[in-house]
Amino acid sequence: MLEGLRAYRMIAGMWVRAGMTYRVSFVVTLFGNLVMTGMDFAGILLMFSQVDSLAGWSLPEVAFLYGASVTSFGLAHLAAGSMPHLGRRIRDGSFDVLLVRPVPVLAQVGGDQFSLRRLGRFVQGGAVLGWSLVAADIDWTVAKVLLVPLMVVSGAAIFVAVFVAGAAFQIYAQDAAEVQNAFTYGGTTMLQYPPSVFGKDLVRGVTFVLPLAFVNWVPAAHVLGRPYPLALPGWTAFASPLVAAGCCALAGLAWRTGLRSYRSVGS
Amino acid sequence: MGSARLYLAVAARGFRRYASYRAATAAGVFTNTVFGLILVYTYLALWDERPDLGGYDQAQAVTYVWLGQCLFAALALQGGGVEFELMERIRTGEIAVDLYRPADLQLWWLASDLGRAAFQLLGRGVVPFLVGGVFFPTALPSRFDAWAWFAVALALAALVSFGIRYLVALSVFWLLDGTGVNQAMMICGVFFSGMVLPLNAFPGGFGDVARALPWAAQLQVPADVLMGETGVAGACAFQAMWAVVLLAAGRLVQSAATRRVVVQGG
Amino acid sequence: MDTTAEPEAGGEPGTGGEPGTGGEPEAFIALDGVEKVFDVRRRKGLLRRERHQVRAVDSLSFTVARGEMVGYIGPNGAGKSTTIKMLTGILTPSGGRLRVAGIDPSRERTRLAHRIGVVFGQRTTLWWDLPLIDSYKLMHRMYRIPDGRYRENLGRLVELLDLGDLLEVPVRQLSLGQRMRGDIAAALLHDPEVLYLDEPTIGLDVVSKTRVREFLRQVNAERSTTVLLTTHDLQDIEQVCSRVMVIDHGRLVYDGGLAGLHEVGESERTLVVDLERECPPVEVPAPARVVRVDGPRQWVAFPASESAAGLVARIAERYPLVDLSVREPDIEAVIAKMYAERAGRTPTQSS
Repeated sequence: MLEGLRAYRMIAGMWVRAGMTYRVSFVVTLFGNLVMTGMDFAGILLMFSQVDSLAGWSLPEVAFLYGASVTSFGLAHLAAGSMPHLGRRIRDGSFDVLLVRPVPVLAQVGGDQFSLRRLGRFVQGGAVLGWSLVAADIDWTVAKVLLVPLMVVSGAAIFVAVFVAGAAFQIYAQDAAEVQNAFTYGGTTMLQYPPSVFGKDLVRGVTFVLPLAFVNWVPAAHVLGRPYPLALPGWTAFASPLVAAGCCALAGLAWRTGLRSYRSVGS
Repeated sequence: MGSARLYLAVAARGFRRYASYRAATAAGVFTNTVFGLILVYTYLALWDERPDLGGYDQAQAVTYVWLGQCLFAALALQGGGVEFELMERIRTGEIAVDLYRPADLQLWWLASDLGRAAFQLLGRGVVPFLVGGVFFPTALPSRFDAWAWFAVALALAALVSFGIRYLVALSVFWLLDGTGVNQAMMICGVFFSGMVLPLNAFPGGFGDVARALPWAAQLQVPADVLMGETGVAGACAFQAMWAVVLLAAGRLVQSAATRRVVVQGG
Repeated sequence: MDTTAEPEAGGEPGTGGEPGTGGEPEAFIALDGVEKVFDVRRRKGLLRRERHQVRAVDSLSFTVARGEMVGYIGPNGAGKSTTIKMLTGILTPSGGRLRVAGIDPSRERTRLAHRIGVVFGQRTTLWWDLPLIDSYKLMHRMYRIPDGRYRENLGRLVELLDLGDLLEVPVRQLSLGQRMRGDIAAALLHDPEVLYLDEPTIGLDVVSKTRVREFLRQVNAERSTTVLLTTHDLQDIEQVCSRVMVIDHGRLVYDGGLAGLHEVGESERTLVVDLERECPPVEVPAPARVVRVDGPRQWVAFPASESAAGLVARIAERYPLVDLSVREPDIEAVIAKMYAERAGRTPTQSS
């Protein structure tokens, strides 16, 4: 684990230094990232130019969901955004190269092509989140103040777990890498809207099966004082770190299983 | 006549090439369906608040969503058609080889892209559309002529889509790195083609501008043609106008680029 | 704790379950009945799929001593790459016992990684978009190579492989030969005890090939690095290896010196004789025989294992001999012949 983090830092650090050699290009793409990921929010603003509320949620409240979802996803994408390329590495055989090096493979996959330009998404989401905290009508308590950063970090961990699980999946189905987009990009998009927008079954699935709801929906419902569509006990608002830990453990297990099966099956 | 057969063969090759990625196609179908599902719910909530938003009723809004998912890959609304390959060839200089081929560069790539689009429409587009039609109330016409005009609008949309992406790809002759323009293309593509929200629902003057841009010819116009929300003649004329302008601009830029290649010696 | 110091063991104290005592020909690489079976699913019709098993490697047993240079050859799909992948821990064997430096590669892949170097001819271990030197810097830290050792090794490798001008060039801009040299340097920075090379000269021009071969000989001589290379180019083997292993259909069909390969392959040399005038085919004792007559020139085939002297004397005695030459057998033909005979004896083993 520690060895993995050390290797990850090393590889990511090298990519950052390499990326900084083209400063102009770096700034341009960072800005581009910011704008591109902001398009979703522009869409939400457009919607609210036509309506005052969506499924009963006001613009600042939706902005809170949006900000939380995008900052979490932005952090996860910064850390693990290279994992979707694993399938390509397996196809072209360069995955084997990672296996003959003395550091954990997952760290190499995650750190590969690390780029700070991905910060654009995080920054943009953070700005919206910051605005929503001021604009939304929230009864602040100490617990709620603490819950916000906890939510963002746990949410990021949940998304990292999804990325890792997606990487494990690609070992079996290299060509079907796009499937994970449904869970990563699809997940963060879905979480930008109030849970009450979606069908009950969908909300149940996202709460109990693939617990993306703990990225923001469940804690945000508590912070904003809005009812969650499903009856959940009160402590679940603070359960995100627990859920995140569980997700990461399961994803780690999936990755190990995937890697083991690669080594007994081959490319 | 002989050259028509050549481009037909190029298109067929493009079709077959994309058809060979079966797992990727299945994955794309799944992802488009999931995104359609997410969008449908948000649109239903939105049209609950504003039942007549953009002149659509709820069923039309739902239809619009699934049409968007159906055409997303075929029209390469956020890029990802043959232009990536073209950019790569320009960047590596392999484009010089293409210029010596006894075929027109633009037509060659157009044919290849149309082949790709045809496959992605059938392979990736149809299933999400059917899923939407089965599980949600949609507003599809029963008249044959509406579908016929829709087919015409789709063909014109494919030309406009290629026209935009061809220009973007040729910019690499001057910029040498396609990252920035690709990003810009993605942003404009998704937003101004109406993947986020139907352009009809864009407010005020901003909406007027958005509906006049070439991206409007890709999803918004075919959707309106299908659902009878617009006069077909005017709509197709609008598309044809953009197709001609973009393809002509492509030719101009192409000849400038070719001169450049010749001067640089490849 | 162990008091025997191991200065050459790659920087990590206490590596290796069976510490090398140097000199004695202990089996550095040992395979005993190793096999690898792949499940292959083939599409039959729209939904039906047929499963069958392919034995990529079948009860493979051999040992390689420290410091040996071994060529590992065979036709495509014979199991060469599968063997290398098992030796490096990329693949787990389906059965048998496999040890490299006393380590089971599939179970202790990362520990083994410190002691081996791998060069894949057709894909690079370097970071494609970054300058060559960045890859080396990363290797330095990844393999925890002591600073002094790293500087020394890098300096030596850069000089020997002539990489000085290439260090700041992004890997993707290197030519194939340059990249291969860069890759070989990367594989040797951490002083591995064994170097695996999978088709190291594939696609290289003649000059680059010669350079790579020379370098390998030098590394072996200086550091007694064990070298195992797979190749299609028999000159690699002739110029680098003292021992050849031939694999076919996952089984070892030959293991020994290059000269011995000729005997096993029952190969023949050819004596080309030029006579003063056209003659009927010369009379020679079997198994030698005339295979071709063209005017005054005749071709006589005889077993490669026999000397040509007796034959030459006999012909010179009885015929008006003007000139003669001996043609060595083509090794490629030898191996092809060996494969053909094997295929004739045992039917193909798939499915």
